[in-house]
Amino acid sequence: MARMKFLCDADRCIDCNACVTACKNENEVPWGINRRRVVTINDGKPGERSVSMACMHCTDAPCAAVCPVSCFYTTADGVVLHSKDLCIGCGYCFYACPFGAPQYPRVGNFGSRGKMDKCTYCTGGPEPDNTPLQYEKYGANRLSEGKLPLCAEMCSTKSLLAGDGDIIAEIYKDRVAKRGYGSGAWGWQTAYRETIDT
Amino acid sequence: MAMFCARIRLIVTAMAILIFAVAALPAAAQQPNAVDPNADAVKEQQLLQQSNRIQGLGTIPDTKSYVIEQPMGRVWRQFHEVWLRWIGSIAVLGMLALLGLFYLIRGTVRIESGRSGVKIVRFTAFERFMHWMTATCFIILGLTGLNITFGKHVLLPLIGPSAFSSWSLAAKYTHNFISFPFTLGVILIFVVWLAGNIPNRVDIEWFKRGGGIIGRDHPPAYRFNAGQKGVYWIVVLGGTVVAVSGYMLIFPFYVTNIAGMQLAQVVHGVIAVLFVAVMLAHIYIGTIGMEGAFEPMGEGTVDLNWAKEHHSLWLEEEGARIGPGEMERQPAANYHGFRITDPNVPRS
Repeated sequence: MARMKFLCDADRCIDCNACVTACKNENEVPWGINRRRVVTINDGKPGERSVSMACMHCTDAPCAAVCPVSCFYTTADGVVLHSKDLCIGCGYCFYACPFGAPQYPRVGNFGSRGKMDKCTYCTGGPEPDNTPLQYEKYGANRLSEGKLPLCAEMCSTKSLLAGDGDIIAEIYKDRVAKRGYGSGAWGWQTAYRETIDT
Repeated sequence: MAMFCARIRLIVTAMAILIFAVAALPAAAQQPNAVDPNADAVKEQQLLQQSNRIQGLGTIPDTKSYVIEQPMGRVWRQFHEVWLRWIGSIAVLGMLALLGLFYLIRGTVRIESGRSGVKIVRFTAFERFMHWMTATCFIILGLTGLNITFGKHVLLPLIGPSAFSSWSLAAKYTHNFISFPFTLGVILIFVVWLAGNIPNRVDIEWFKRGGGIIGRDHPPAYRFNAGQKGVYWIVVLGGTVVAVSGYMLIFPFYVTNIAGMQLAQVVHGVIAVLFVAVMLAHIYIGTIGMEGAFEPMGEGTVDLNWAKEHHSLWLEEEGARIGPGEMERQPAANYHGFRITDPNVPRS
């Protein structure tokens, strides 16, 4: 089995937000929820970099570890998913997540945040694959159709890469070797406890 | 003529080339050998070393999403999954074991001179209401709170994920809403019992002699002895800390950011489990640990001999207020907050 990962090549990201839009559209994510977002660091200064960030589907995921009702599970492809039937909306995964991935449908006073929502790597959820029920709760299930997450598939500069970790790391290494520079695989050290040697 | 023109053209061209070459010289000298567009670029590891979190600007209205990386979530996870579990287990189970052992050694502390049958009022109905409202809230908050930290290891394997989730969801809402009467109770306790809980010199003597529970004698005490004052201040200060940190979590992002909420949860968790441990000891003394200690909070009255032994100075104060010997002479009399009932004397 593959180990699915995301890699954002910050030297290529042009802050177009197409990944954000694609994700919202493909998964019909409700208002106020953004499973993916683009953040620009040092905006307007020399050396600014934009990074597209969503759930990184961590190795030994912190969200899964801290969940008081153990509603998370990792698929054979290394995708971290959760059950909205079991989620109690306590917000603990948001405290633990290094990437701010968990989202809540309501503003959330008195703990009424609603069921947590996050990037599923376009892999749906615990319901049977490609059923309306699964789509309604978790969004698209492209992986079961042999497709990669739409955000990465439609990235215009191919900055955002999705796929097996070893393959996308190899692609990134080649790029860095050809162009002569790279700014590292953002979040990899935190999410996977490894970096890409370039 | 044609030759002249050709010569002019040659000169002009040569001069043009010369000018270009001269002009190009400094420019060529400035151009570095290899272009590195990353020379100024922000580096992830460098940013993380600077502030342990990376924040930028985004285009969606959700400003908290502009923090794209906060690895201290890992530290918080370590706290919640390992440290808090150890602190909580040691505090709660350790206290239970300690109390069990203490009971085996000391047993129930009896009223040494037996019951006199004369009862005097210790707590008014309002004081008892205030105490039991806070106590009920505390027990509910304690159980639902411990469920968040320990439930998935203790209860989840027993009742299964579906039932455990339903219970935990209800427990979460209960925990959040019961916090309001609890906070009110803590405020009332603070205000109503403050006067009797200012530490004084008698308390030092009380502590030196181990009070009435650890020591074998009965050091003098006013209305609240040093141990009770300790419980009072633990409830007031601990309750305040737990309430404030809890409301920071109930209202996410109102007063603090993600780092502040992690800290609030750490404070909330640690203080809460210690609070539970202290209250277990409080419940022990109030029930099986000491004869006659439940009555003041149960019925509002205490036996005269219990008061003599445990709160001698308070009894003197009360006696001075209504006149010495008054309490024996005037059974069933109603004084200002001081009622004496002698079951041996028939009511008239």
